[in-house]
Amino acid sequence: MSLWKIAWRSIEQRALASWLTALSMALGVALVVWVLVIHSVVDDTFRRTAQGYDLIVGAKGGGLQLVLNTVFHLSRPINNIPYSYYQEFTEDAQHRGKYARYVTLAIPYCLGDSYEGYRVVGTTPRMFDEFEYAKDRRYEFAQGRNFKHENFFEGVVGSLVARQTGLKVGDAFNPTHGVTDDKIGHKHDAFTVVGILAPTGTPNDRALFVNIEGFYLLEKHAKDPPARNTAKTEHQHDEHAHDEHQHDEHAHDGHDHEHAHAQGPRKPLPDDQREVTAILLRTKQFDNPIRAMAMSNEINDEPLVQAVKPSVEIFTLFDSIVGNLRLLLFVLAVLVVVVAAIGVMVSIYNSMNDRRRDIAIMRSLGARRSTVMVVILLESILLSLGGGMAGVVVGHATMGLISPWIVAQTGVAIGMFQFHWLELALIPFLIVLATVVGFLPATTAYGTDVAKALSLAP
Amino acid sequence: MLRLNDVKKSFTEPDGTRLPVLDIAGFQVAAAEQMVLVGRSGCGKTTLLHVIAGISRPDSGVVEVNGCDLAKLPEAGRDRFRADNIGYVFQTFNLLAGFSALENVLLGMSFARGKASVERAAALLQRVGLSHRLTHKPAMLSVGEQQRVAVARALANKPKLLLADEPTANVDARNQQQIIDLIRETCVEEHVALVLVTHTPEVAEQFDRVEHLDEFNQAVASV
Repeated sequence: MSLWKIAWRSIEQRALASWLTALSMALGVALVVWVLVIHSVVDDTFRRTAQGYDLIVGAKGGGLQLVLNTVFHLSRPINNIPYSYYQEFTEDAQHRGKYARYVTLAIPYCLGDSYEGYRVVGTTPRMFDEFEYAKDRRYEFAQGRNFKHENFFEGVVGSLVARQTGLKVGDAFNPTHGVTDDKIGHKHDAFTVVGILAPTGTPNDRALFVNIEGFYLLEKHAKDPPARNTAKTEHQHDEHAHDEHQHDEHAHDGHDHEHAHAQGPRKPLPDDQREVTAILLRTKQFDNPIRAMAMSNEINDEPLVQAVKPSVEIFTLFDSIVGNLRLLLFVLAVLVVVVAAIGVMVSIYNSMNDRRRDIAIMRSLGARRSTVMVVILLESILLSLGGGMAGVVVGHATMGLISPWIVAQTGVAIGMFQFHWLELALIPFLIVLATVVGFLPATTAYGTDVAKALSLAP
Repeated sequence: MLRLNDVKKSFTEPDGTRLPVLDIAGFQVAAAEQMVLVGRSGCGKTTLLHVIAGISRPDSGVVEVNGCDLAKLPEAGRDRFRADNIGYVFQTFNLLAGFSALENVLLGMSFARGKASVERAAALLQRVGLSHRLTHKPAMLSVGEQQRVAVARALANKPKLLLADEPTANVDARNQQQIIDLIRETCVEEHVALVLVTHTPEVAEQFDRVEHLDEFNQAVASV
């Protein structure tokens, strides 16, 4: 009979205490697994999400805030910037922006509206025709198609939004002014859903994208024309920064808008009345990295705009704040495991008094002191390792169960079978920990006086 | 098979004084011989068995089993020697509660040099009449059955010497005779020397050789 089996029989004999200590170990290890895997997935998602572009241009303010609200649809948008800045990155037959030759792709982003709590982004069809959301991965449509430039009131819906709201191709949705789900914002004119995006595992699964031309024609989305400051239209206010609530929430519901698309074909908003919240840029930095850097510096010298590298902002966020937070959570989770291990020690140690006679019987049968010591250590290892392995299973199973909720809340997809390499280190760690905590009761077993213990009443 | 020569053993009292328990000038048991050891309570019977089994070490003297002086061996050596050469049947059976009858016998084999053999363990249990109780745990066995498992366990490693410390003290009269018969018969079959301690005259009178410990143990004879 192996010493493992002898140790296992001892565990069976104290079934309740053994299962409880193993359970505490399982919960501790599950906590470690959660911290490791969730952080790993979030880290990976955040870093991967910014792969399609290397520069974001937006209004002066916090660089991280610009990245968060542009890339991750979190936080609130900073102010808008004039459309002319966007034009500096584009070129056509009549015009060539001063930075156009340094970028391969410039995508405008207009923010400030939402639909049932999900952000609505005004942009161009190139967003889905030419952008890659991850390395060598372009957007695909689960249903329908991309919106067309000439169809102002078309839009496409992220996979999660479609699932949560039930929107499907052919449906219409009315964006609400403001980026929160407080349901008090002004309800805009409707856009028609022409496509449902396939899941990307990025925050864009949680957003709706509409034609920027239609977005501009929505109420309050046009800036006053410079030459007509004194001749405001009913809904064109002066220089409102496109923060969601920087203008009055006067009641518009129910009355006819002169620009409602239902009233017939509309003309695009003049460029001098347009603004953008951000511009996503894919620069030619691989061709000319020095020039790309110089361009970035040049933009930052401008009074109204800033250029930020999303990868740098995210790296800074993770290394300065999230990294420390993860370390703290990891240390706390490991401490929980250590406490559970101490529980194993207490459980075995408390049982030693009842087991002195059993140990003496084994000794009388020829077991050496070291043998009974090893049996106790194996018992500690079985409880810790068994509990730990159960913890890994529980950790991943619960992550699989709550995954839909996490996706709904954050857009970050965490699968049941996503592992972190440090989980492999759990096995030797638990064995060492179990050996350490098992040492005290094992020493007690080692020191058992056989003759005296045999004289104890059974 | 067993030879004791000038064996002395004492315990330390709480006040620090030494209390002599054993003082045996000489004592021998031949191979496959069966003898019974009697004596009043406190005359050192169990201590003597512990010394012979190597569980305790004498203060001085020779405790030779099968040609090996246990008194000279370190504790680990005595443990190994005991596992290989000495079987022990206790008054209170001392079966491990979490193990089945078969596992209790196998446990006895686990600490010896030879490999634990399920076949031998099962055969021994069959020999003691428990082939239908292999998977039963001690709590599911009668008192007599438990002692029979203990006998099978003691013989598991084919010992040269079997020590039985009042093996019938906790069983009824009917089982008492069955246990004694079983121990004596299996010792003959396995060619094992037997030293049996008892308080029961009916048991003692069945043996050809009966030794009175309180007569040859000088530590208590003078008290």
